[in-house]
Amino acid sequence: MSLVLKLNGVEHTVDAEPGTPLLWVLRDELQMTGTKFGCGVASCGACTVHVDGFPMRSCITAAEDVAGAEITTIEAIGATKEGAAIQQAWEELDVVQCGYCQSGQIMSAVGLLTENPKPSVGDIHDYMDGNACRCATYQRIRAGIQRASEIMEG
Amino acid sequence: MTLNTSRRGFLKGAAAAGAVLVVGLKPNGALAAGGSTAQINPFVKIGADGRVIAIIKHFEKGQGPATGLSTLIAEEIGVTMDQIDYEFAPSNPELYANLAFGQIQGTGGSTAMANSFMQYRTAGAAARAVILDAAAQATGVDAGTLDIVDGMVTGAGTPMPLGDFVAAATELEAPAEPTLKTPDQWRLIGNPDIRRLDSKIKGDGTAMYAMDVYLPNQMIAMLARPPQQGGLVAGFDDSAAREVKGFIRAATLPNNAAVAVYAENTWAAMQAREALSVEWDLSNAETRDSTQIKAEIMAALDADAEYNVLKNDPAPMDQAAQVIEQTFYFPLLAHAAMEPLNCTIEANEDGGVTLHDGAQMPTGPHMAMAQIFDLPMDKVRINTMLAGGSFGRRATPTADYQVEAALAFVITDRTRPVKLVWSREDDMRGGYYRPAFGHKVRVGLSDTGDIVAWDHRIAGQSIMKGTAFEAFAVHDGVDHSSVEGTADTPYTIPGMHVGLTDTKKATSTLWWRSVGHTHTAHAMEVMMDMAARAAGRDPVEFRLAYLGDSTDAKRKAGVLKLAAEKGNWGNAPAGRTQGIAVHKSFGSFVAEVVEVSGTADTGIQIEKVTCAVDCGIAVNPDVIKAQIEGGVGYGLGHVMRDEITLTGGVVDQYNFPDYEPLRMRDIGAIETHIVASAEPPTGIGEPGTPPAAPALANAIAQTGTIVGVLPMINDGVEFA
Repeated sequence: MSLVLKLNGVEHTVDAEPGTPLLWVLRDELQMTGTKFGCGVASCGACTVHVDGFPMRSCITAAEDVAGAEITTIEAIGATKEGAAIQQAWEELDVVQCGYCQSGQIMSAVGLLTENPKPSVGDIHDYMDGNACRCATYQRIRAGIQRASEIMEG
Repeated sequence: MTLNTSRRGFLKGAAAAGAVLVVGLKPNGALAAGGSTAQINPFVKIGADGRVIAIIKHFEKGQGPATGLSTLIAEEIGVTMDQIDYEFAPSNPELYANLAFGQIQGTGGSTAMANSFMQYRTAGAAARAVILDAAAQATGVDAGTLDIVDGMVTGAGTPMPLGDFVAAATELEAPAEPTLKTPDQWRLIGNPDIRRLDSKIKGDGTAMYAMDVYLPNQMIAMLARPPQQGGLVAGFDDSAAREVKGFIRAATLPNNAAVAVYAENTWAAMQAREALSVEWDLSNAETRDSTQIKAEIMAALDADAEYNVLKNDPAPMDQAAQVIEQTFYFPLLAHAAMEPLNCTIEANEDGGVTLHDGAQMPTGPHMAMAQIFDLPMDKVRINTMLAGGSFGRRATPTADYQVEAALAFVITDRTRPVKLVWSREDDMRGGYYRPAFGHKVRVGLSDTGDIVAWDHRIAGQSIMKGTAFEAFAVHDGVDHSSVEGTADTPYTIPGMHVGLTDTKKATSTLWWRSVGHTHTAHAMEVMMDMAARAAGRDPVEFRLAYLGDSTDAKRKAGVLKLAAEKGNWGNAPAGRTQGIAVHKSFGSFVAEVVEVSGTADTGIQIEKVTCAVDCGIAVNPDVIKAQIEGGVGYGLGHVMRDEITLTGGVVDQYNFPDYEPLRMRDIGAIETHIVASAEPPTGIGEPGTPPAAPALANAIAQTGTIVGVLPMINDGVEFA
C-alpha cells in the first residue's frame, strides 16, 4: 500500500505492506539508518522516534497508523531546543560508547525535557526506564540529561 | 621494537599481500592529480590540507580504540585532536596483526592499546620525521631545529601548515626507529580533556554500523535455525512464506544447518521466516536441561580434579582451626550486544567478495570467505564497520555468523548482495555463551585467623578446547581461561591447591567480557571476604596481609587501598553496607567498593560504586573511566538477574523481557580513580567487570545473606 509519511518536515511517499513497522520503513525503504533495530518488541528503546512530539517505539508502530502525523527522527532532533541541548551535553560528557542505543536514548531524553525541563533523578529514572544500554552508559546519560537541562536554562 | 614504518617498505609489503591500500597516490608514490591524501605508512595518511587520518587496526565497539590510537598518532606528529580523523584498516594481518595474537588481526583480551602503544607512536613519529625532513629540504633549515605544533611546522620563520610538505614527504624514507616524544612532552596522552572522536556521529544518527549497510539491490536473508544446537534441516515447506509480499525464496544452506529466507526487506524476511515450516533432524541435537548441566558441574566439584593446576604443598586441611567452605554456580550467559549480529556480503568486479562487518577478528572471516568462495586471500575484502557492542560475541573461532552469510550468498547467483540479519531472538538463542562453571572452595584458617590452606576446585566447559586457539591457550590439558585469576593470583596464599575438571559442553561457549575472570574473581574475592569475617578481621586489612612484595602484589594493594580510601571504606552512611573486591585481569588492577541499601529480603539497591584502576599509562583517562563504568554495569547487571537456561536443549530465553538488561535505576553513581603510572598501558575494556559482582556479593553478605548461586535472584536476593 502507498503511504505518505511526514518525516522531519518532509513528505515521503512510500510503499509498505499493511502492518509494516515504521522502523523498517525508515530503515529499509528510506535508508534513514539513525533509528536502530534492537529488539523488535519495544523493550530496549533503540528505535525511538517522535510522533507529534511524543516518543514512540517505531518497531511496534505500524507505519500506516502514523501517516499524516509529524514524525521526527534522530536525524532532525537537533533542530529542536531540547535536541540541541541534549546533543551538546552528550558530546561534552562523552556519553556514548558503542553508541547503538544512543539515538533512542536521545529521542527519549528529548521527550523528557520537552515535558519536564528540570527533571529530578527519579523523574529521569522513570522516563528512561525503557531505554536499555548494554554498555551501561547510564550514569553519563543521567548526567547528560541534567547538563542539557542546565544548557536549556541558558 | 622494530617496525617497518618506511613507506616504500610498506608499499612493497602491501603489494606482496595483494592489498589495495594506497589512496590518492600514483604508482610512483606522488600525489595523484586531484588526489588529496597520501599514505605515509600503514597507520598514517595525511592530506595536502594537513588533515591526518589514523588507520585503526582494531574494531570500535565503544571501548575507544578509534580515539585512543588516533591520540597516539596525533601526539607524535604534533597535531590537535581536531586535526585528525580515523578510518578502519582493511583485513591484512601482515600489516595489521594484533601483536599479542601473532599473525591474527583482531581485537580481544583487552589488548588494543597494550599491543598498539609502541606501534602507533612509532608510526606517528615516522610520519613526523619525513614531514620534517621534507620541510628541512624546502627551507634549508636543519630538521633537528624544526617542530610540528598544532599542525604547523615551526622553526623556520613563519609557521607553515604541515600539509605543504606532504607531497615531498612521500618521496622520503622514514627512519626505521624514529625518535619518540618523551612523557614530559606529551600534550594529548594522559590528557583528561580529550574527547572521543566518535561522539558526534553517535549522537546525531550518522554513525554507520554494519546493520546500516544498504547496498543497491541487496536482499535480506534471515535464517531458520534448529531449535537445539546440533540439529539439521530435514526438509521445509515454504508455501505459506510465498504469500508474504517481498519474499524471494527459501533455500537450505549447503551445510544443512539452517534454511535461508531471502526477501526484499527485513520485515518481509521476518514474516516469511515465521511462515516457513521446517522439518528438523534432531538425532544429534543437544537435549539436556540446564539443571542437568548444573548437576554435572556440581558433581564434578566433589570428585577428584581432572587436572591439578596448582599444588602448593597444602597444609592438611584437618590441621586448620576452622574450615570455611562455599560452593558457587555461574550460569550460561548471553552477550546480548545492542546491535543484533549481522553482516553483508557482495561480489566484487574482480571476481572476489567484500564483507561489510563489525569485524572483531577479521582474519577469521577473511580465511573463511576465501575457503567458501575458493578465492585467494587477496580477492576477499573486509570493510570493518562500527560495532554496536560485542562483549566478545563478534569474535568466534568459527566466524559463525559470517560463515552463515557466506553460505547464504554462495548458493545465490551472486548478482545481488546479501545482508544477513539476526533478530534479537536469534541473537539471544544463538549460542556461544559464557560457559557455565562451578567452584567449590575450602579455606583453612589457623587459630590466629591466618590462611593455612586453600583448596579451590573448578568445573565447567572449556572455551578454548576444540578451537583454533587450543594450541595457544591449552597446556597439559588445562585451558588457562578456565582457571585464570586463581592459580596465577597475585595473592600469596599458603597451601593453595587449584583443581580443574572439564565438563561436557551443552552448547557452544565463548569468551564473554573478561573471560575466565567472570567467575574466578567472584569465587576468589567472596572467599577472601568470608575468610576475613571468619577470622574477625577487616576485609581490606586481611587482603593486604596476602599482598607481598611482588610488583603485581604492590599494584594490587595500591588499588585496594585507593578504592577503600576514596570509597570511605568502613564508614558507610547509615542504612548502607559496603563490599569490596580487587582483581588483576588483562594486566590491569581494579578494586571496587559497592555500597548498597536494603537487605536481601527487603530489596537491595546499589547506591554507589567507587573504583580504583591501575592500567599503566592512562592514554585517554576519560575513556578509561567510561570503560570502568561500563564494565561495572555489565558485571552487576548479569549477576543480579540474568541467565541462559535450556529445557531439552532448547534455550528458554527469547528477548530482553526474559533476559532483562541492567536499567538506569538499578545503579547509582560510579566514581573511578586512576592510579598514576609510568608502566606500559594494559587492558581496560574488561578489567572493570570481574570485581563488580563479588563486591556486590560481599556487600550483601554484610546484610546477612551469603550468595552462592548466580544470578542472585535465584539465591534469595531481592532487588529494589
